[in-house]
Amino acid sequence: MPEWRTYTLEDFLLFSPRVYWRMFELHNAAVWPLQIPALLLGAAILVRLVRPRSWSDRVIPAILAAAWLWVAWSFLWNRYATINWAMRYVAPVFAAEALLLLWLGSLRGRLRFALAPTAPSAIGLALLAYALVLHPLVAGLAGRSIRATELFAITPDPTAIATLGLVLLAGSGAVAWPLLVLPLVWCVLSWATLHTMGAPEGWIPLAAAGLAVAGRLWPRVGGQAGLLP
Amino acid sequence: MSSRHPKRRAVLAAGAALAMAAATSPFPARAQPAAPATRRIPSSGEAIPAVGLGTWITFNVGDDPVLRDECAAVLAAFFAAGGRVIDSSPMYGSSQAVIGYGLAKLGVPPGLFTADKVWTSSGTAGPAQIEQSRRLWGIPRFDLLQVHNLLAWEEHLRTLFAMKEREEVRYVGITTSEGRRHDLLETIMRTQPLDFVQVTYNIVDREVEERILPLAMERGMGVIVNRPFQQGALTRRLEGEKLPPWSHEIGAVTWAQLILKFILSHPAVTVAIPATTRVDHVRENVAAATGPLPDAAMRRRMVTYVQDL
Repeated sequence: MPEWRTYTLEDFLLFSPRVYWRMFELHNAAVWPLQIPALLLGAAILVRLVRPRSWSDRVIPAILAAAWLWVAWSFLWNRYATINWAMRYVAPVFAAEALLLLWLGSLRGRLRFALAPTAPSAIGLALLAYALVLHPLVAGLAGRSIRATELFAITPDPTAIATLGLVLLAGSGAVAWPLLVLPLVWCVLSWATLHTMGAPEGWIPLAAAGLAVAGRLWPRVGGQAGLLP
Repeated sequence: MSSRHPKRRAVLAAGAALAMAAATSPFPARAQPAAPATRRIPSSGEAIPAVGLGTWITFNVGDDPVLRDECAAVLAAFFAAGGRVIDSSPMYGSSQAVIGYGLAKLGVPPGLFTADKVWTSSGTAGPAQIEQSRRLWGIPRFDLLQVHNLLAWEEHLRTLFAMKEREEVRYVGITTSEGRRHDLLETIMRTQPLDFVQVTYNIVDREVEERILPLAMERGMGVIVNRPFQQGALTRRLEGEKLPPWSHEIGAVTWAQLILKFILSHPAVTVAIPATTRVDHVRENVAAATGPLPDAAMRRRMVTYVQDL
């Protein structure tokens, strides 16, 4: 049997579930009270989607970029990398996603966010709302301390899911896939980690990734507002 | 020399080590168990306790102060029980730093046997990684350095043998796990003057009995056994089963002890390194090295019993 076939996901898990979940508690305690502005930024994104302004399409990507940069540095580099050395390689990729959002969205204006009566838009809004409002409740529902809650712009999963939703809300276009790749890859990595730990909530990032791909591939009719070609 | 009948000097040394550990331990004094059996390192004759402490996953707790103190408590119980061999790797996340935290908190016990690994695909990066590992442990030098999972083994072995020549490390070894790359391991064992090999061995993973363990005895190499409980999967599988009625004949009162006694009863095995986060388990593990060990007939009986479960 080839050597690579002898490896399982368990062979790549470097820490115990207890250590992993306590990491979120420690991180929330360390960055408090940044959770408040993080929640406000998430709310601001929702408000600008419902009541768009001329500058919304450039500010929303800037907020997203700031979230990816902050998560890369504060969570992946300073926190998660202490128990998972692979995060030293993932953190720069998160920073690259931030730069991509900043470049394509804020500087070049290639993203046009809009709520449209289409399936991709509905999926996008559902993913965004889930990431901002429901995902923080998962820790409590799973029986863990609410202090281990995972928030948009504080931890990776809700940040990635919110980004998937927002890119879908920006519609179709040539820049959609480049922006989706890293959040999709992260969701699969997160699923692999949670699944290996036996955590049932592992299906959440995987389902989010599946929905995002389905939304992106959904047949589109007409020229709706969205990502510019 | 068989360690099942340790020399008086070794017993006295272990007793003295235990007494000093108890004197320096910040934890409440407990009734001291019998000194665990020791094994001789084939290349030197040095005696070391037969049950060590692995740190894969269990000591990777990052900066968590509560969990770091729990690991230090495991170390304290390990030392108090007479354990001395600790094994880690730069691959194990924060484990090296957590060992260093524990040693700084508890003090370095006499007779501590430090085993670490070099794990990088770059031969030239090996010395810097080893130095970083040493700083994380907070010790002057390692007793044993091993090439982790045969990664860049030729370059790293050159480095390690040169370090041994300069007395910067006392022993040199090489590791595999889960039965991987045994053909290459065998080739290296036949051509390199290793002091130790580290392999996976337990009552259900017995592939090494065929070639690796006999070759280690033939070549005078010590054997460190990793994953004795299959990362806990084996003990979890067995915990609902009854111990065999004859387990008392070898002094095993738990499945973990029965498994460890099986491993330690192989004449090629020098040290087994179970990993744990629990103080009661570390005491139980070290205690497995005391008392009688199964003979060949009992070993066959143990294998059959577990296979039939």
